[in-house]
Amino acid sequence: MKNIKTIMKRELHSYFATPVAYVFIVVFLFMTGIFTFYLGSFYERNQADLDSFFQFHPWLYLFLIPAIAMRLWSEERKSGTIELLMTLPITITEAVIGKFLAAWCFTAIALALTFPIWITVNYLGDPDNTVIVASYIASLLMAGGFLAIGSCISALTKNQVIAFVISVVICFLFILSGFPLVLDIFEGWAPQMLIDAIASFSFLTHFESIRKGVIDIRDIIYFIVLISFWLYANIIVVDARKAS
Amino acid sequence: MTQEDKIPAIEVKALDKRFGAIHAVRNVSFSVNHGEVLGFLGPNGAGKSTTMKMIAGFLEPTSGTAMVNGYDVSEDPIAVKSSIGYLPEGAPSYGEMTVLNFLNFIAEIRGINGAERHQCIDKVVQQIQLETVLTQTIETLSKGYKRRVGLAQTILHDPDVLIMDEPTDGLDPNQKHEVRTMIKEMAQEKAIIISTHILEEVDAVCSRAIIIAAGQILFDGTPAELRAKSDKNDIDDAFRRITLELPVDQGQASQS
Ligand SMILES: Nc1ncnc2c1ncn2[C@@H]1O[C@H](COP(=O)(O)OP(=O)(O)OP(=O)(O)O)[C@@H](O)[C@H]1O
Ligand SMILES: [Mg+2]
Repeated sequence: MKNIKTIMKRELHSYFATPVAYVFIVVFLFMTGIFTFYLGSFYERNQADLDSFFQFHPWLYLFLIPAIAMRLWSEERKSGTIELLMTLPITITEAVIGKFLAAWCFTAIALALTFPIWITVNYLGDPDNTVIVASYIASLLMAGGFLAIGSCISALTKNQVIAFVISVVICFLFILSGFPLVLDIFEGWAPQMLIDAIASFSFLTHFESIRKGVIDIRDIIYFIVLISFWLYANIIVVDARKAS
Repeated sequence: MTQEDKIPAIEVKALDKRFGAIHAVRNVSFSVNHGEVLGFLGPNGAGKSTTMKMIAGFLEPTSGTAMVNGYDVSEDPIAVKSSIGYLPEGAPSYGEMTVLNFLNFIAEIRGINGAERHQCIDKVVQQIQLETVLTQTIETLSKGYKRRVGLAQTILHDPDVLIMDEPTDGLDPNQKHEVRTMIKEMAQEKAIIISTHILEEVDAVCSRAIIIAAGQILFDGTPAELRAKSDKNDIDDAFRRITLELPVDQGQASQS
């Protein structure tokens, strides 16, 4: 436990020691702004909720989260620090979890910095704040899912660009499988069970479901299982490829 | 202490490593006791770093194993890693961290806390003369200073086994001297392996030398015995004799 904390602290610290953190946060806030007010017509809708804010999060994360995750392991491998890390008295599991938590914590900070929009909507109207809290939780869980995928992929290669591209593609598949466009293709001819199965793999399905304000334990479990699965794969990949 | 006296600090048992077709380390065995400084010599690509990586628990051997203070590196890697100070080849460290933050991180992960941590860091900073660069980020340091930060990391927790891959590479003559003196001072109670291409270093600090080429041990003895292998009583000449005696196709890690 203590080692996880130490790794996490170091990692989080180095986000803020480089421009990465600031660039990410600025881009994140800027993009959420554009999406919410411009594409989402926050004002024109004339409704006191943050729907127009949250509905774009999956698409924002699709590009921004792999950008954070890509460096997690590929940089360690490229610079050779992985040899230092892996000869310290810690387990691979501790290192993987510590790094993941640091990245997750970082996205939580970025997400928390969107609070002015929450204040705004409370100032302008009378929104259902439990729905908003649920939406934030949904968004954070989804970010964790994206990050776990990105972290695992970044352990596969020393090249951050490759890690980024592959992560985006895999994350895209995880979004896509719940998209009405894709589900419509199956609608009508495929058995409902198959459609449900495909949809249930999607970030979108679970994100939307939590976002409605009713927190279903199955949606939470989905994200926890998904994150655990990818981190487990991450551990195996690091072990197999650390020295190559 | 009595237990440590009985078992060798480092015991390498029939280590073997293949990278696909490359047979990098072949059936290497040796042991090092406390109080010994072993110089690990050999041409480029001989398998020195690979052997050290296996002892330090970074690479898994294809076969064979290494024991450190009685712990088997494949069975109890954490115990082995706790008792070793390891300097990887090229002394990698986190460039975006300041020297002080980096040493703090190493101390924390090695379980050194509170006042003890301050003492440890102060001591090592003084020993390696890092006072002037403490608040500088590592990536902005000169090559020699980076190496020194790596050395500081290696000895910070006062480990009783040291494995250092080319510790003096890139250091200025004064620092080379400092580091050699430091190694000699530490030698009494520790077991130390250093790899080097500087043969005078063997004379200066090592109590024993192993020459390895193409993954095999070709010589194991004292510096004086090594010197005696040459007609001119010259250590460079002895090194050449031993390593060039190999058939041409085995000059490097040969395919098999
Ligand atoms: N990850 C790897 N994948 C494939 N081959 C490797 C790998 N690491 C080392 N080798 C090979 O193993 C052999 C031994 O390499 P090693 O780094 O141990 O040599 P060395 O004795 O440390 O050489 P130097 O004096 O140049 O540092 C070389 O032929 C090298 O190409
Ligand atoms: Mg080497």
